[in-house]
Amino acid sequence: MATQEEVVDTLASLAIFADLTRPELEHIAHELDEQYFPQDQRVLRQGLSGSAFHIVLEGEAAAVASGERVNTLARGDFFGEISVLLGEPPTADVVAIRPLRCLVLAGDRLEAFLVEHPRVAFRILQAEARKLRNATRRKTT
Amino acid sequence: MGSGPGGLQLSYSLSRFGVKHAVLSADEAVGGMFRRWPFFQRLLSWTKPYVQFERTTREFERYDWNSLIADESRHRGVITEIMDGSSNYPSRPEMERSLTTFAERTGVRVRLACTWQGTRREDDGFVLETTDGEYRCRVPVFAVGVAQPWRPSMPGIELAAHYADTRPANTYAGKRIFLIGKENSAFELATGFLPWARQLVLASPSPTKLSITTNSLVGVRARYVQPYEDHVIGGGGVTLLNASIEAVERAGDAFRVRTKRSDGSGDLVFEADDVIAATGFTAPLQDLVALGVATVGRNRLPAQTPLWESASLPGLYFAGTIHQASPGLRKHGMPSNSGGVNGHRYNGRILARHIARTHFGIEPARPVLRAAEVIPFLLGELTNGPELWHQKAYLARVLLADAARGIADDGVRPLAHFLDAGTGDAVAATVEENAAGDIYPCLYIRRGGDVREVLLPPNPLLDYRTAENERQLADALAPLLAS
Repeated sequence: MATQEEVVDTLASLAIFADLTRPELEHIAHELDEQYFPQDQRVLRQGLSGSAFHIVLEGEAAAVASGERVNTLARGDFFGEISVLLGEPPTADVVAIRPLRCLVLAGDRLEAFLVEHPRVAFRILQAEARKLRNATRRKTT
Repeated sequence: MGSGPGGLQLSYSLSRFGVKHAVLSADEAVGGMFRRWPFFQRLLSWTKPYVQFERTTREFERYDWNSLIADESRHRGVITEIMDGSSNYPSRPEMERSLTTFAERTGVRVRLACTWQGTRREDDGFVLETTDGEYRCRVPVFAVGVAQPWRPSMPGIELAAHYADTRPANTYAGKRIFLIGKENSAFELATGFLPWARQLVLASPSPTKLSITTNSLVGVRARYVQPYEDHVIGGGGVTLLNASIEAVERAGDAFRVRTKRSDGSGDLVFEADDVIAATGFTAPLQDLVALGVATVGRNRLPAQTPLWESASLPGLYFAGTIHQASPGLRKHGMPSNSGGVNGHRYNGRILARHIARTHFGIEPARPVLRAAEVIPFLLGELTNGPELWHQKAYLARVLLADAARGIADDGVRPLAHFLDAGTGDAVAATVEENAAGDIYPCLYIRRGGDVREVLLPPNPLLDYRTAENERQLADALAPLLAS
């Protein structure tokens, strides 16, 4: 990523920020840190406290629980929110399977962030509902 | 490449491992950015000469954020000999002299006025093209600082001066000054302008963070809080604004700055005599990006592994304040102190060891501890180990459980490296903090490939050598000590 404008354009293209105005996106661009992870680097560590909320900007990551890949994450996907919302360490590792860029928000700041941006909270809730529906379908088919 | 604190520390530490190397610098003298900045001539990191430890001890380093670190006691705490006692924050010239003195006393040699012009790969190494010819090396390390002015893109930004172009303070007498940015460099200028300016406006999209409320070095440091106080009590001269800058325009001899407030409450337009972008700095990476170095973040610093190697171009390393782009775990959102001398000086020593071992086959000493020594040693390190206090949750003291030798001290290592790349039974001990301001020790115990986190309770006096902690460590480490 290069300019502030490009950062804001990227944010605007992600589903969870789709409802925000440009000034709100600029504010958010300042709130979130960008991090880069080379292939095979761990991003989230199973069982360790103090983790963070991540949104994938580019690249690919895998969620790995007890050595088994349980999910693949790509641009626009987010992870880490469940452990943060429940105040528990992550139950899976997340590992970059290709060079990965993420936006990162410290877990301790997620609640205030969601309260400040209710449209983002709504989009995240929608995504969680979709995950739950899919998991239910898998169980019942 | 580079003769600021990062380059000097690495050179000193490489020499102690017996690694032959050259230090090149475009500057006329050592000292890096401290030859010019901070603009108002006093640092924001302290050195307290009169504490419970002698200045020649390793433990003293916790109270001295500014001296480079040495193995020999006579080279420790150099800046305490230079500071004049008028402040616990050294002046810029004192810091510069401290770095020069360290280099002279420890025999760090630098080829000055040698400008790096290009880089290419050749065989199993790199070639640096410089004004003094070509240098071939197995391992290049770039300690070129984060001092190249950086501006975000916005209409008219080219009309604004940068922090780096700031004039002497008295030339701003009676002026209306608009500062783009609300981080330390903006607040440093604002503090310096308070006796001179007619009006000061500091604007950026997100609210000001203060280090004393984030419980970390994130945010404006206590030294520069005065303009903030002026704003919150309505002192009349300072305005802090949460707004994006829409445009900077000329308005006769002055400027007009158009802003849009972040809370959506509308636009504000300011007239200003001076507009200064205090928007930060980046690293002068020259052709490294074209060579394959990935960059990250708003100011596009090189993305690095936990051992400060380029995350995308193996074999090429960074040193000094650029280490701030190797974030570590950031547990609870807490950053490392690698942007400051107090943090990256330890990284430099670890990087020297890594280069010595990985590229030159020089193994570090790993002294063996008797079983009875392990717990007092760890609690002592957690209480007084300067590396763990300056680099919380970033660096850790590591003990290895070796079937043949017993418990061996592997020194201070990056915590992320221990967790993600380490093998064998071991324990890493570090000090951590959370957003609530609690500071507490934490152990990571690796046994049979699995890592377990053990959090110990905080202590109001920050002394973890308690009977309760001895018991907890004895329980947690029992399997490791028995193996």
